[in-house]
Amino acid sequence: MHKHISEQYDNDLQAIRDLLMEMGGLVETQVNDACTALVNHDVELAEQVREVESRLNQFEVELDDQCVSIIAKRQPTAGDLRTVVSVMKVITDLERIGDEADRIAKMAIDLLDADILSDHYSGFKGIHSGVIKMLKRALDAFARLDVESALRVIEDDHDIDTAYKKLVRNCIQQMETNPENVEDYISLIWASRALERIGDHAKNISEYVIYQVKGQDVRHTSSLEN
Amino acid sequence: MSQSDTLGSAAPNAPETGLETSLEVNNLSLHYGDKQALIDINLGIATKKVTAFIGPSGCGKSTLLRCFNRMNDLIDDVTITGSINFQGYDIHDTRVDVADLRRKIGMVFQRPNPFPKSIYENVAYGLRIQGEKSKAIIDERVEWALKSAALWDEVKDRLKDTALGLSGGQQQRLVIARAIAIKPTVLLLDEPASALDPISTLKIEELIHQLKDDYTIAIVTHNMQQAARVSDYTAFLYIGEMVEFGETDTIFRNPKSKQTEDYITGRYG
Repeated sequence: MHKHISEQYDNDLQAIRDLLMEMGGLVETQVNDACTALVNHDVELAEQVREVESRLNQFEVELDDQCVSIIAKRQPTAGDLRTVVSVMKVITDLERIGDEADRIAKMAIDLLDADILSDHYSGFKGIHSGVIKMLKRALDAFARLDVESALRVIEDDHDIDTAYKKLVRNCIQQMETNPENVEDYISLIWASRALERIGDHAKNISEYVIYQVKGQDVRHTSSLEN
Repeated sequence: MSQSDTLGSAAPNAPETGLETSLEVNNLSLHYGDKQALIDINLGIATKKVTAFIGPSGCGKSTLLRCFNRMNDLIDDVTITGSINFQGYDIHDTRVDVADLRRKIGMVFQRPNPFPKSIYENVAYGLRIQGEKSKAIIDERVEWALKSAALWDEVKDRLKDTALGLSGGQQQRLVIARAIAIKPTVLLLDEPASALDPISTLKIEELIHQLKDDYTIAIVTHNMQQAARVSDYTAFLYIGEMVEFGETDTIFRNPKSKQTEDYITGRYG
């Protein structure tokens, strides 16, 4: 892509992409820390996640402001317009991923003294590693404008959904046999549900990569023309 | 027999838009002496829609617009090949009366050019040239044209005043009123708002939006946001060639050509 005649315009667009990647990096750390806190019963780490959450909100406000400023000053068109629109959409997804990480951290605190079978934690860990892979790949695809990677993320979302349903089934079985642990298992289901939602947001981010590069809206269809 | 009868009225469909067209340009090339200014242009100007021509200076967009009512005939050493079909005939056909063609395909230029006459006489001028004598008919048409050009309320109490006393934006709307007073089929607008302030520009844009209910409009503009706002179809020209032609929405959101993208996003070509 050629540079703009206005170098400042290039700088402005690069700035929102860079800041978005920074926000993405923080979100990824938040998800990892929240899940680690839950599995390792690490209350300090869980509380740290809850504190950092407010920084994500600041990122959201700052990025929204910069995007609005570009629209007002530059009236972007074509690829530039799609970049700004995509960034604004991804900001929302990242902020919501941050909310889900916060929810997992809250469950981590609830589950500090839980009596949950290690088998079920391993189910959670499996979803965690799958979702983190999706999120990394989605952010990477956004940074590189890589449609192939974005399409893989969209495909991977099915596996996460399947793993989540399996975990819920196992938890329900466990609740039936050990009703005294119902609350713990409900918390674990909530945390897993949050992870599954993070997978959905990673899928959304990938769809905006496709929109940005191809100009096609694949939301609710997830099929790409040509 | 009137000229419109001799010209017929069948307008073929343009392959590009699939809509009924008022003008159809086929393999049009134009040379100024040895220099080729238009290279094998093909497109249809959709009826009662706004088609915008954009491109850098010297790309040929004004030259192309001036072809539509044979304004280039007035320039020495111009050679045109290909055809422009209008109402069933090539406009270069010997049977076409150029004065009648220009009556049907009116033109408005970059700088407003009212005659040094009253507001009323500016609008009545075309009708008088056509031999209209009835004051009642002329009165009615002047009022209609000024209303259509969104100028009536501002000038109705001073129709006898000189047109040169109007502001630039009012003069441009007056010139548009003068153009539509003789009820053309097509209006050609060559950067109609480039010499106007932002408010007058918005009034002209609003007027274009209203006029397309009745007229086929082709507009040349340097202001890309204006093209995006007012037009239904956009053609991007570059060094005499038409690089891309399509729905304005597509051109500004997801153009097919990288050259178009570079131009509309303000990048080095």
